Amino acid sequence: MHEVSLMQDTVIIATRQAKDAGAQRIHRIMMRVGALSGAVPETLEFAFDIVAKGTMAEGATLEIERVPIRCYCPACAQEFEPPDFVCECTRCGQPSTDIRRGRELQVTSLEVS
Amino acid sequence: MCKDCGCGLPGDVAIDGVAVSETHQSHSHDHSHDHGQPHDHDHQHPQEHGHGHPHDHAHDHPHPDAHPARRMLSVEQGILEKNDRLAERNRGYFLAKNLFVLNVLASPGAGKTALIERTATDLGTRVRLGVIVGDLATENDAIRLRGRGIPAVQITTGSVCHLDAEMVSRAMERLDLNALDILIIENVGNLVCPAVYDLGESARVVLLSVTEGEDKPLKYPVMFQSAQVVVVNKTDIAAAVGFDRDAALRNIRRVAPHATIFEVSAKTGQGMESWYAHLRSHRERAPK
Repeated sequence: MHEVSLMQDTVIIATRQAKDAGAQRIHRIMMRVGALSGAVPETLEFAFDIVAKGTMAEGATLEIERVPIRCYCPACAQEFEPPDFVCECTRCGQPSTDIRRGRELQVTSLEVS
Repeated sequence: MCKDCGCGLPGDVAIDGVAVSETHQSHSHDHSHDHGQPHDHDHQHPQEHGHGHPHDHAHDHPHPDAHPARRMLSVEQGILEKNDRLAERNRGYFLAKNLFVLNVLASPGAGKTALIERTATDLGTRVRLGVIVGDLATENDAIRLRGRGIPAVQITTGSVCHLDAEMVSRAMERLDLNALDILIIENVGNLVCPAVYDLGESARVVLLSVTEGEDKPLKYPVMFQSAQVVVVNKTDIAAAVGFDRDAALRNIRRVAPHATIFEVSAKTGQGMESWYAHLRSHRERAPK
């Protein structure tokens, strides 16, 4: 359940950014969460409602963009999306250590007023 | 979470039994705090009037803040950025101290403490080990290690399921790092949450004991994928528990093709030599 810590940090980031921009309220927080980020989107949503209470993000909508894993195969010179968490090239079957997407865990934007 | 300021430091984290919140004033707070109450602000009233009289004159007062328009702010900030920054600070400090630092991760009961205990004892004074050990509660592990003459600091996290870079930076103040060659950080027993928290380590070591099942790497890919080293432990009882060695190694290599694998029994010492050789290659004390 480190999602609670992650959402506390998210709310801290969001409120700081909103205040810096002179806003009073946060209506929407948009996040990007990769399949390899170690965070479960549903758990993040659950945690958000708890940690946002009493902050300027209380009642805000949380929108999570899920990012699938994308790896690169140097032999085939192609990026591929593995069907599971195992980065084996979908063309030649070779394992890849070059993971290009899927670790994202970011606040991308806010809707404020 | 810190009750005073809402920062990420959990209020119930303790280092060697001393609550971190008691030493809280020593870390700097550069973030703004959040609370629900609106800040009052003063209005400049150009006319001299009291507040008691009826306000029945006809002209409009412009009030620009009544319904501010909604707008989008681009943020693009990593949620773990603060931890990552502190982890890089730890890493720089470790580098300056010429210290090789391992972050040891596994399920509860996989044999993390046993591996560390045996490693420190067998390497003796040639490679000097110190340990920071994290658990939800009890100082049992640090007491156990100190009983073997190994310098150890206990972090009890209360309810927090992982160590983070700040906890480590506080715990390491209690060790004489100049007297060490290798610092081992034994993380909280958990194959999920600690995976995403960089502590500033030189390498990650993930343990898999033979009693856990060969498909563990496939079930916890984020953790195994983050490992530079995978140690298969308790090989002495592999036959008794029907451990399928080939399947386990295959699964580790599928998830973490880059990882170096050691097969050991921290109990009997079987296979430990190649693990020691690996550690020595990173940190052998230069003969004086």
